[in-house]
Amino acid sequence: MSEAASHPGRSEAESRDRKQEEAHSSNGPVSAGHRSALHRARDDNPSGYNFAYLDEQTKRMIRRAILKAIAIPGYQVPFASREMPMPYGWGTGGVQVTAAVIGPDDVLKVIDQGADDTTNAVSIRRFFAKTAGVATTTATQDATIIQTRHRVPEAPLKPDQILVYQVPIPEPLRFLEPRETETRKLHALADYGLMHVKLYEDIARHGHIATTYAYPVEVAGRYVMDPSPTPKFDNPKIDGCEALQLFGAGREKRIYAVPPHTRVKSLDFEDHPFSVQRFSQPCALCAAQGVYLDEVVLDDRGGRMFVCSDTDHCETRRAAGHKGEMLGSSPLEAQTSSSTLGNGTSGEEERADEDIRAPEETRP
Amino acid sequence: MYVAVKGGEEAIDNAHRLLAHVRRGDKAVPDLSIEQIREQLTLGVDRVMAEGSLYDRDLAALAIKQARGDLIEAIFLVRAYRTTLPRFGTSTPVDTDDMAIRRRISATFKDLPGGQVLGPTFDYTHRLLDFMLAASAEVEPPKEKPATGEKTPRVSDLLGGEDLIERNAAPDPERPVGDLTREPLAFPADRDLRLQALARGDEGFLLALAYSSQRGFGRTHPFVGEIRLGEVEVEFVPEELGFAVPMGSITVTECQMVNQFAGSAEAAPQFTRGYGLVFGQAERKAMSMAMVDRSLRAREFGEERTAPAQDEEFVMSHCDNVQATGFVEHLKLPHYVDFQAELDLVRRLRAEHTERREAAQAEVRQENAA
Repeated sequence: MSEAASHPGRSEAESRDRKQEEAHSSNGPVSAGHRSALHRARDDNPSGYNFAYLDEQTKRMIRRAILKAIAIPGYQVPFASREMPMPYGWGTGGVQVTAAVIGPDDVLKVIDQGADDTTNAVSIRRFFAKTAGVATTTATQDATIIQTRHRVPEAPLKPDQILVYQVPIPEPLRFLEPRETETRKLHALADYGLMHVKLYEDIARHGHIATTYAYPVEVAGRYVMDPSPTPKFDNPKIDGCEALQLFGAGREKRIYAVPPHTRVKSLDFEDHPFSVQRFSQPCALCAAQGVYLDEVVLDDRGGRMFVCSDTDHCETRRAAGHKGEMLGSSPLEAQTSSSTLGNGTSGEEERADEDIRAPEETRP
Repeated sequence: MYVAVKGGEEAIDNAHRLLAHVRRGDKAVPDLSIEQIREQLTLGVDRVMAEGSLYDRDLAALAIKQARGDLIEAIFLVRAYRTTLPRFGTSTPVDTDDMAIRRRISATFKDLPGGQVLGPTFDYTHRLLDFMLAASAEVEPPKEKPATGEKTPRVSDLLGGEDLIERNAAPDPERPVGDLTREPLAFPADRDLRLQALARGDEGFLLALAYSSQRGFGRTHPFVGEIRLGEVEVEFVPEELGFAVPMGSITVTECQMVNQFAGSAEAAPQFTRGYGLVFGQAERKAMSMAMVDRSLRAREFGEERTAPAQDEEFVMSHCDNVQATGFVEHLKLPHYVDFQAELDLVRRLRAEHTERREAAQAEVRQENAA
């Protein structure tokens, strides 16, 4: 976590006590005297905002919440979420967490649904390029901070990286108990019976646990946590991950964390062990196996193709010469079929017995 | 080749450029000025200031222009700006007793000190489209008469003199008023935070809740004790001076609802209060706020809590339109990763269903054959 304190004008204020600092706070577009805000905004500098948009007191408040979250893995820490210039539900929690931990030397990657070029990922990446002037990248390996929505990158993360998740509903019990007053009590008592009953009822009704994303996990043997709406395919990557994982929910005003090397267990039953989705065919572009694929509809006659959801992973593989069916697969690919499921998997969770069967006609 | 629906930076830029073009409309029509919006769409400006929680008519007017008249979008713009402003401190409480009154009505007394002042109101107008307005007719100047200097005490204070209405709790210097934009909200929330949430809350949502309480979902038997609209002075005590200095005046609408309360074995029967205070002229909002405030006090009065309007977690978690619109509209964002996971599960469940049915049919056929 690099500090933003080196930003011009901040260093002396940093040492003052909080009260003084609030009185003297002169960051952002409002430093001028009593002219109308309209005029002030006009003749300020183009960005006109503090480093990474948020003022330093707000960042400090968020950092405190983050530190608490790291100290109590999986516990949802309330924080005074701010109004951000993008809509609630569009990543304001992740953006606030990123703004609080980012420094001028960081390299930022933003993905949405695994892709760097989806509209909202582009928008958030631009936001930080503009307000913090940081370098951005699409390469998982090069990033120091990765903000994500709905996916964990396929490439294993490293100890010096931070993965920031955008979280819509942080409360794993919300759909079982709508009241915050009740769910906080349930967490305090570690009373997760409701959740187990829900999973059991799934099995009784469908023969399977019918939760395919936002699959609940138990963190460090204590709190049940919502890993955000990532497909359960990604749950094993959250377990024992070497990078720090931070979760920000702006509208719901909660921050939680999974520190590096933390045990994250997907909830299951002895006779119905947790398992992840597995695709019956490789990526049509890079021939990767054991990765999460997006289904792309090609025509109105049932034609489909499956491609990597993680665009950086796919591009890296293609640059290395891997070719999928759509690019005319090399005979070499036929034999290489043992890509691993990603980092941090533990034995029992690696059971990947749920084939995603593509209907026959989808094979191009 | 690969034809997935990916956004791309260029598409976003082009969309924004198109938006700016569409916002401007027909260039043969003169551009709308901030001053025109500020002076002629005043109630829209008031709503944006109130729900945007920022008293600045120019910024609200700019936001309305930029948002193409979408008030929730304008409120969002103002909120996002407000969040970057530093806090210098808190003003002293405004004194609405000292308000320079433009409108003041009471539904509980026919006449009262200070009189009934109708002021600028749509009430009693016939809602007939005024085609003269389309032709931009000149308007007559208003009739004026010099102020009498007569005091206009609040109706609730008149009732309070006889102890007919509950007294407001005195401010507790040990407990400063909360601020839900600076501290995380926890339930149960006290009335200061509830009133703050309602003051920022969506007018339509509060209107519907207040209406539901009138129709029996948490009835509170309200009377409009008083609605007053006018200018109040805002004062601030700078630490280096140690006394209050006026910072300017703001327009507010205040509504005091008088509600029934049966009393108890210990306490003699007394009316109870619901309170609404909103920036600008916003009577519908102030009244709705006062009714919902009173409904939310159900716990305090030991009333049975059964209706949405009485449920603070329900009301406070859902009254903010910036939050609500963001989360509802976020469904526009791509969800194909989660959808893929669901798609897979449904396909698998359907396949298993078909297998089971075929197996059962085969069994029936075998039995029939036997």
